[in-house]
Amino acid sequence: MRLRHTVFIGLAAASLASAPLVAQENLAPAVKARHAQMNLYAFNLGTLGAMAQDKMDYDAEAATAAAGNIVKLSSLNAMAMWAPGTAAGEAEGSRALPAIWENSDDVIAKTVALNEAAVAMEAAAGEGLDSLKAAFGPLGGACGDCHKSYREPE
Amino acid sequence: MRVLLTLVIVAALAIGAGLFITRPKADGADVLAGLTPDPAHGEIVFTASGCASCHMAEGATGEAKLVLSGGQAFPSDFGTFHAPNISQSESAGIGGWTDLDLWNALHHGTSPEGEHYYPVLPYGAYIHMTPQDVVDLHAYMVTLPADETPSLPHDVGFPFSIRASLGGWKMLFLNDDWVMQGDLTSELERGRELVEAMGHCAECHTPRNALGGLKTGADWLSGAPNPAGRGSFPDLVTLDWSADEIAEYLSSGFTPEFDSAGGHMALVVENFAALAPEDRAAVAAYIKALPIQ
Repeated sequence: MRLRHTVFIGLAAASLASAPLVAQENLAPAVKARHAQMNLYAFNLGTLGAMAQDKMDYDAEAATAAAGNIVKLSSLNAMAMWAPGTAAGEAEGSRALPAIWENSDDVIAKTVALNEAAVAMEAAAGEGLDSLKAAFGPLGGACGDCHKSYREPE
Repeated sequence: MRVLLTLVIVAALAIGAGLFITRPKADGADVLAGLTPDPAHGEIVFTASGCASCHMAEGATGEAKLVLSGGQAFPSDFGTFHAPNISQSESAGIGGWTDLDLWNALHHGTSPEGEHYYPVLPYGAYIHMTPQDVVDLHAYMVTLPADETPSLPHDVGFPFSIRASLGGWKMLFLNDDWVMQGDLTSELERGRELVEAMGHCAECHTPRNALGGLKTGADWLSGAPNPAGRGSFPDLVTLDWSADEIAEYLSSGFTPEFDSAGGHMALVVENFAALAPEDRAAVAAYIKALPIQ
């Protein structure tokens, strides 16, 4: 009974943390996959961010591992996840603006910029807290650059 | 015949009186008399007010954000507005404006030619700016580059295309009373200045009535639909972030869950990130003091 209760609360919290108001299981696989990738970004950024914001003790190994994951996430071949017909208004739960499919050169350039910021973070993360903090701003900026142009309000 | 003539005269007088009562207001030079401009403070006003976020070219970054060539489109229920060129070009921009012209635009929504501006220029918020703020802002803006890009016309349908009707809108909705009243700490006063006046947060985060006026009281900053399309802007009243988390968001763009700001909010974050940490803390204190009683 207690276990079921705990699992339920865990699931409820997880669904709140990802895409609010939309049940994940009903979404198109490509949209679900994108949300999964974004949640993995957020999880790993959470480790780096907690250190950058002095909410967690600096841990070189954990920071380097999180940064390495972000490097890998930003180098996935995500073409199939951004299938045509899955923009906001076309696929439930999607906040991806149609402009993504109209400006693929810019989207790719922003993805490359994110990957470069992540590589810089991977190099910096093990070199001390100040070095991590210095790399965190540009990494966050790279996330924001894509959301600024290509994500609809909630 | 005589009755008809009388009716026409009465109607003409009524329309004339209405137009007179709702005519664009403007102040004379005395309102700014004796003030010494401080361009460094003007830059803070400029950043906090988000001037560049709307008046820069679409997608501009870095130094290009200071080229206020206009052109961004703002769709709404009333039509699509285009931000005009407010660069220092005398022909295409506002290079010929005095500080009094800027005051009347921001405080009364009145152009130097004596026409009403549409409230897409958020003078309903900027009306709270002090004369010193505007004089400083003007002194900073004259240091910015000129650009010759012509302003685009607004695409607004009848009857909103008649600017004279905006006088009625102003009479209903434009006033300089603060929404958050009472005996405030100096931090909350600064927060109120940044949220209600310069940052014009309510323009997106507060629901509107049928005539496009912002609701106040408990509705203030309680979230609103996106006028440009799907989605909505978040409710700040029930936002369960701590003050520190709000201040952090306004600095790094990261939510407590490490999502990052998007759309125009990302531009707002860029602006707040350039302000002092105390200013971000003041905004956070204001948000935590909601709802308006």
